[in-house]
Amino acid sequence: MPGPDKETDLTERIEAFLSDLKRGGSGTGPLRGSAEMARETTSLLRRITAQARWSSAGDLMEIIRKEGRRMIAAQPSETTVGNMIRRVLKIIREEYARSRGSSEETDQQESLHKLLTSGGLSEENFRQHFTALKANVIEAINELLTELEGTTDNIAMQALEHIHSNEVIMTIGRSRTVEAFLKDAARKRKFHVIVAECAPFCQGHKMATSLSKSGIETTVITDAAIFAVMSRVNKVIIGTQTVLANGGLRAVNGTHTLALAAKHHSTPLIICAPMFKLSPQFPNEEDTFHKFVSPHEVLPFTEGEILSKVNVHCPVFDYVPPELITLFISNIGGHAPSYIYRLMSELYHPEDHEL
Amino acid sequence: MADGGVTDGPDKNDDVERAKCEGKEMTKEEKQRLRKEKKQQKKSKEKKDDAASQESEKGKKSDGKSSPASQPLPKPTTQKAPSAVPAPAPFPMPASEAPAPADKPAKSKAELKAERRARQEADRASKQGSKKGEVGPQASAGKPKAPPSELQPVVKRLPEHMQVDNPDVLKKLAKKLERQQTPGHNAATKVEIPLRLDYGYKVSLFSHLHQYSRKAPLTQQLSIPSTVIHPAIVRLGLQYSQGIVAGSNARSVALLHAFKQVISDYTTPPNEELSRDLVNKLKPYISFLNQCRPLSASMGNAIKYIKKEISNIPSQCKEEEAKRKLLNCIECYINEKIILAAKAIAKYSIEKISDGDVILVYGCSSLVNHILCEAFEKAIKFHVIVVDSRPRLEGREALRRLVQRGISCTYVLISAVSYILPEVSKVFLGAHALLANGYVMSRVGTSQIALVAKAFNVPVLVCCETYKFCDRVQTDSFVSNELDDPDDLIVTRKGKTQLEDWQQVDSLGLLNLVYDVTPPDFVDLVITDLGMIPCTSVPVVLRVKNVDQ
Repeated sequence: MPGPDKETDLTERIEAFLSDLKRGGSGTGPLRGSAEMARETTSLLRRITAQARWSSAGDLMEIIRKEGRRMIAAQPSETTVGNMIRRVLKIIREEYARSRGSSEETDQQESLHKLLTSGGLSEENFRQHFTALKANVIEAINELLTELEGTTDNIAMQALEHIHSNEVIMTIGRSRTVEAFLKDAARKRKFHVIVAECAPFCQGHKMATSLSKSGIETTVITDAAIFAVMSRVNKVIIGTQTVLANGGLRAVNGTHTLALAAKHHSTPLIICAPMFKLSPQFPNEEDTFHKFVSPHEVLPFTEGEILSKVNVHCPVFDYVPPELITLFISNIGGHAPSYIYRLMSELYHPEDHEL
Repeated sequence: MADGGVTDGPDKNDDVERAKCEGKEMTKEEKQRLRKEKKQQKKSKEKKDDAASQESEKGKKSDGKSSPASQPLPKPTTQKAPSAVPAPAPFPMPASEAPAPADKPAKSKAELKAERRARQEADRASKQGSKKGEVGPQASAGKPKAPPSELQPVVKRLPEHMQVDNPDVLKKLAKKLERQQTPGHNAATKVEIPLRLDYGYKVSLFSHLHQYSRKAPLTQQLSIPSTVIHPAIVRLGLQYSQGIVAGSNARSVALLHAFKQVISDYTTPPNEELSRDLVNKLKPYISFLNQCRPLSASMGNAIKYIKKEISNIPSQCKEEEAKRKLLNCIECYINEKIILAAKAIAKYSIEKISDGDVILVYGCSSLVNHILCEAFEKAIKFHVIVVDSRPRLEGREALRRLVQRGISCTYVLISAVSYILPEVSKVFLGAHALLANGYVMSRVGTSQIALVAKAFNVPVLVCCETYKFCDRVQTDSFVSNELDDPDDLIVTRKGKTQLEDWQQVDSLGLLNLVYDVTPPDFVDLVITDLGMIPCTSVPVVLRVKNVDQ
């Protein structure tokens, strides 16, 4: 019978995805980039929508929430997974509202008056059944997928507006978005890039070799030399793992130092981040903000005698407060950090912030 | 004749005055004479102050030291002064002066030249006199030497190791190295101190600095016989270039010990003075060491001290005694400036460490390690966080030393500093040198730690002995720095070496800086053996030290 087969097939895929998530977070940097992670999550959610058994929007949202919670628990630091789930939930709400015929505007307005008088959402229990809902939702998710495909190119297209010739640009670690951004600008302009290697994983090395092969004049420096060299840098362009709800960043470790040095020299700090990295978390909310990996990366086991007597920390992420950031460049254009909260309300529904 | 000289003056003067009063057209000769006289009067007015001292000098020299020719010529100037102002001052004068004023009209140009020559000889004579220490006023008659407490216009020569991009300077250095060979020893087989070649692609911002490879030490292709460079110095140079001796205190102490060896093996060649010859002997050694690794500020100060001590050795001192004295001086220097200074600094720093403190240190500074060990002996309970950075990873050495003593430690890399800083109560940093404008020159990464500590409002204390203070000023880490071997940045992770063939890729460069400068607003306190001072008081300490010496 098609039903149970589909279901077992679906559960198999979900389990495979979850174990992948658990394994992938070994801390040597993401085995796949965040874009790939987002794409995979969205395709999996599309499959769930297509193959799971549900009769109303409420059921579907319940199923997605349940699976979503499991996915987030498998790898809390991989925030793109949670972001995509919230996007899909918002799509479902929108499609439901459109099918009901009510305008989307009124549902989204969260005026103070409404909050006080209505006392919470009234009859939004999503119990009504619409036949076209499934098709609409799947179509909307397909649109989301095409948007995800084009994010890197959209960001790279804006490169020439931000880089002039003969500039010295600094970056840290390895970000595929920034790599594409700089390579696009290098087609028309000549500039110099300084890459901080970002110990202990030294991903900056890979970034530097890749950039220099495209003919960009690149220099690799150690993390300790960031402040020493900063006085000659015109712009700092970096990528990030997550953009937080207050406009701050959760980026690879060493970024906070880089941001402070840039602020000291009044050098603009530009973040290239696609919209799917925007997360409704705040920095102090969860204990899971910091992620640690094996201290063997920092103090190898060959230093055996002292290993047992010292504490060794190897954090993976850094928090960068929004005051140090100048500009966000995303696939929908450039924004100031103070605008991020507004973008969030367009992408996610406030009820979905807590899954 | 004295009288002749005196009468000539008024005679001449009468002529001139007669010409002026009569208003007749002066002859050409008279006009020339008039012009000359006016010039000489101006000069004599300048020399009026020196007249008395010159006269006393001349009196002493009338025994026949200076040539007779020089004597009469300054005399006319001093004579003019009294003759122009009719106040006869009797000067004891030799007779040879008489002909000179009489021949004046015909010898106008010659006289001016002679005057100039006389002035030069007078200066030289006065300089000789001051050197022999004869008369006090002689020193003032010569060029006034500015005492060290006065402000001197400083025109310093730019050090050679900062001018690699200038080919003329490199050629000059090569010639200088050749010249510094001891002549006569190996005149036939000319063994040169080699000029070390740069390695690899240099980042354009640093093309004015040397960049050497550690895999190609200076003496690999070349064996330097001991007649050219003392073997203790060769060993020291190799230890420097391979990084076996590292850290500014260690390098200075090793240098001073090597110099002790050189001095005890030294014999004065015949017809030479120890004070001058030994200094010349040291010059090629210092050039060699500079080629192995650029000298640090502390080493520079130590070398200045040694050279001063050597040149102050009196010439009648026997060789054995002189050598003993020099060895003693070096011992005292090491003891005072390094060992006792460390004790004093530890005493002051312990006042700043209290129970329950979490102290952050960076890299391996011998002084800071000493302070922490002393504090631990005094049974203060504190926790240490050691921050380390690639590629030198010196923090591991500091970690070993501290853990051996039993101090509880945490270890992180410098990229994790902003994660760990909220737990820290104080930051202790060591310094390589303290510059005269208050900047702290130290291992690369120090300024970054000071920056992040400032952002988190954690006090930053720098510990530095006074012998590391130097006169230079610097505002950024580019102009005067050291470039280490760029291959050190290459790392193999999971079997893959990303940067293995960085030399083949044209547009890829690796930068391995050694030092950086920390601005004084990041530093809260500097602890020295003279006490605890703010960063901006460094030039005051330098001035006090110079006056003492």
